[in-house]
Amino acid sequence: MKKAGMWCKAAWAGVAAVAVAAPFAVNAQQYKGEILHPMMVTRTGPFATASTGVTAGQQDYYTLVNMAGGIDGYKIVWEECEFEYKVPRALECYERYKGKWKMVYPNSTPAIFALAERVTKDEVLAINLAGGRSDSSDGETFPYLAPVIANFWAQATSTIAYIGQLEGGMDKLKGKKIAYIHLDNDYGRQPFPMFDELAKKYGFEWKSWALSWPALEQSAAWVDIARRYRADYAVGWLYGQSCAVPYTEIAKVGYPMNKYIGSLWCGTEDDVGPAGPLAKDTVTANFHGVGKDFPVIKEIEAKVYKAGKGNAEPARVGSVAYNRGVITGIIIVEAMRNGLKAKGAPLDGKKVRDGYRMIKLDDARLKQLGATGLMPNLVFSEKYHGGMDSQLFQKWDGTKFTTISKWIPPDQAMVQAKIDESAKAFREQTKAAPAK
Amino acid sequence: MLAMAVAAPFVLSEYWIKAILIPTIIFGLSALGLNIVSGYAGLISMGQAAFMALGAFSAVIAYGRFGVPVPLAILLGGTVAALVGVVVGTPSLRIKGLYLMVATLASQFIIIWALQRVPWTGSGSFATLNTPPVRIAGFDFSTPTAKYYLVLVVVALMTLFGWNLVRSRIGRAWMALREHDIAASIMGVSMLRYKLLAFLVSSFYAGVAGSLVVFGWTGAASVQEYELDVSIKILGMIIIGGLGSVLGSFLGAAFILLLPILIAVAMQRVAALTGGGTVSVDILANAEHVVFGALILFFLIREPQGLAKLWFGLASWVDRRTGTFKATKGGGK
Amino acid sequence: MGELIFGIELLITGMLIGLMYSMVALGFVLIYKASSVFNFAQGAMTLFAALTVVGLIPHVGLLWALLIAAVVMCVVAVGAERIVFRPLMGSSQLTIFMGTVGFASILEGASQIMWGTKPRGLQLGIPSEPLKLGEVFVSKPDLISAAIAGLLVIAIVLFFKRTRIGLGLRAIADDPAAAAVVGIPLRRVWAVAWALAGMIAIASGVLWGSRIGVHFGMSLIALKALPVLIIGGIDSVAGVIVAGLIIGAAEALGEGYIGTYIGGGVQDVMAYVVALLFLMFRPAGLFGQTAIQRL
Repeated sequence: MKKAGMWCKAAWAGVAAVAVAAPFAVNAQQYKGEILHPMMVTRTGPFATASTGVTAGQQDYYTLVNMAGGIDGYKIVWEECEFEYKVPRALECYERYKGKWKMVYPNSTPAIFALAERVTKDEVLAINLAGGRSDSSDGETFPYLAPVIANFWAQATSTIAYIGQLEGGMDKLKGKKIAYIHLDNDYGRQPFPMFDELAKKYGFEWKSWALSWPALEQSAAWVDIARRYRADYAVGWLYGQSCAVPYTEIAKVGYPMNKYIGSLWCGTEDDVGPAGPLAKDTVTANFHGVGKDFPVIKEIEAKVYKAGKGNAEPARVGSVAYNRGVITGIIIVEAMRNGLKAKGAPLDGKKVRDGYRMIKLDDARLKQLGATGLMPNLVFSEKYHGGMDSQLFQKWDGTKFTTISKWIPPDQAMVQAKIDESAKAFREQTKAAPAK
Repeated sequence: MLAMAVAAPFVLSEYWIKAILIPTIIFGLSALGLNIVSGYAGLISMGQAAFMALGAFSAVIAYGRFGVPVPLAILLGGTVAALVGVVVGTPSLRIKGLYLMVATLASQFIIIWALQRVPWTGSGSFATLNTPPVRIAGFDFSTPTAKYYLVLVVVALMTLFGWNLVRSRIGRAWMALREHDIAASIMGVSMLRYKLLAFLVSSFYAGVAGSLVVFGWTGAASVQEYELDVSIKILGMIIIGGLGSVLGSFLGAAFILLLPILIAVAMQRVAALTGGGTVSVDILANAEHVVFGALILFFLIREPQGLAKLWFGLASWVDRRTGTFKATKGGGK
Repeated sequence: MGELIFGIELLITGMLIGLMYSMVALGFVLIYKASSVFNFAQGAMTLFAALTVVGLIPHVGLLWALLIAAVVMCVVAVGAERIVFRPLMGSSQLTIFMGTVGFASILEGASQIMWGTKPRGLQLGIPSEPLKLGEVFVSKPDLISAAIAGLLVIAIVLFFKRTRIGLGLRAIADDPAAAAVVGIPLRRVWAVAWALAGMIAIASGVLWGSRIGVHFGMSLIALKALPVLIIGGIDSVAGVIVAGLIIGAAEALGEGYIGTYIGGGVQDVMAYVVALLFLMFRPAGLFGQTAIQRL
């Protein structure tokens, strides 16, 4: 009887210990002279490949900055929280580091939507490069959300502009047929209003082929696009593993590969790579330069990887996803730097957000940072949180991408009008007044 | 239990409330629903998450677009889900087991697909809906504590109702159904009625859980949160928690929701002890899958009555000890 | 004329894909016939097999990769049968089914821990320009995949009809107790059935992998085999073939014709809609035995 009693007590003690210890294990420690930067990451699930590249790019950039003395003497310390691209986990990650966020970057459109209310209340900026809500370019309606670069509407208009360029002028688009094959969700449907207006403006016809996730089965759609609809151009707006599928299907139906233009979220080597030589000559969009031929990337290679502190396989440096990460890192660090200068330590979400609004990455500053040609000029303000940017287009030769176009701008008037309209609708739907 | 639940916000930090307790209770409710149809009545359903989605979206549209008051919106969420549940449940009239499973699987896919196809708000193409701040009778429910109590009240009420239900004649009829379909009907249990009732109740619970997700937890209804893997998780909750047990539904929910954290902590500790670096996150997530599956198998093979049985075992052990304690203190009768 | 050609191409495309679904469905049928277990994990097994093959190819080349994978799958399948499902014998269908769900989860996690989560392409070296039969385009890779699937199906049918183990399987499916009494070696038969399901997993994994790439999404494709089972009847191999063709065709035609009216995206759910319809009106499927098990 006594022995059983002791065992039971021990078990209870063990359970109690674990129960008590568990929450403490996950909380972060903060040191003086350090900036804790929690990062939401996706390392599992169907969207992991691109995401890991983006994460590595950021971390390498932070390492580079730290090596040079940090941001005005403060070391950037990051901690990862894996959320598997799933909204409930994203929320849990957010709560775990509540109060410690400097800037939230989940790299996930659904997460941004779900987090919108919380970040607004907690006064932390949530960004989603080339994604999220297109209307969050409006900094007044969305004081704590930002698309940063090339929101979806800008991307859509820019892609059509590029097609116009291929045809020899926007007026040549008249009477043409453009097939739009996309994921059937917020991401894939955002371009709709833009396509509608552009079609009206330039006289072309477009049609949507919506695929529900995972969108791996595209054969019927492509038979339709190529053999019945006989599209002049096909624009793809896919993500994850569905990106590689069109290449096999296009070959099977005999559609010309160079008439298929993928969106920038299908524009990483991992997306096109699995299709290998089949995808040769395909074109995808991008919002930044590719390759290693930029001073900052070279610097990372020289300093960070030489010291063995790299966060990715060395072969990944200079890849599309990686470069995106570096760009994100540059922007976040710049925001923190501005925040520190203007409002002083310790940093919090609001200060970093204010620092973000002070970002002025013009030619001179980009040159200082070694990022000329890698990213477009970015100037933000209280009203403008970014998003009205051009795209670059790149071609796949079987092993790598090469940029083949100049910066193709979006239709600014059209996009701005839509932003205003949508922001207004949002204010009405959530009955929130435009904040500071 | 209830006293602990009510007192919780005063003891625990906000993080625990928002991120752990609230979802546990909400999923516990959904798991209870699934337990009713699968644990008690023995009908396999693979679509619980899809019904939650129906509830979530109905509620957010009712409240956000039409200004239906929150309590009604929650009820509406449950009702919509229940109606669809009855339709889905119709095939179970004539078939059993795996066919029904496929029917519910099919509905899981079809419902989620349908929810993404219909245009929602005037501004067009977003398939996630935010809710305006939650207000009931002038009261603002925006703090986590307030939300917690809102969720707690709803779930407590429904749990009470469910508890009574499974103890009633209806509950017994369900269990008879589970054991022997034909024998039950010979004894006068109308299979059709009770099967449909089980589906109705379980989908209603799922629908309410879904609306609670919107009002009490994430503040948004997003289709990607209700995919097949969530249905499977809920199934796991009732297996591990205990089939046919009300308490088990909640224990299972708590366990499954805490699992990722436990695994992460455990593996980091092990890695630290053995001198390795931090464990890579995708290994952690996949380890979670492995552990989840292993736990399901373990409970199925070894302890089919799940955590609930362990809990009651523990409770009676405590009972006995305090009983002995009282006796030895002298003066016990 | 263009419309007709389009329709034909759509039909052919759909049917070829449908055959590939049939192949996956065969894996389900095998195990069901042998142990009355509905193996939700067939999808995970497909993924595991495909990952193994793809992981080994860079080291040992395609042929050896297939052979080694075959051995691995045998071990996995038989192991599952022994360790997991033997103890669950006699439990309710619900319990056993949940067991396969648990097994699927373990397999998915394990395979991605072992081989990583990066999606990979699987090139089988089949040229992809379409075959031109007059005006009609037919996809060569699809044709070859369908041919392999068809051969497999025929092989399995012969197996059931001609070999002793195959006959043993059918006997067990009919009446396990009687089969045991007559002296049929239950254990061996189960092992063989599961191992065969593992082989099917390899074939489906490789063929589907060459179509859509090897990654997590494969288990979802495998789930599409379930509608095939519903329509074909879970215990009829012939039914599985026909059902596969129907589902594939329905998907493609549905996408092509209905899709244009409601904005597309129909292909993915079509299979489930058709299955649901069958469930409501003809649950035994096309060829299944009409005496539906109620107990």
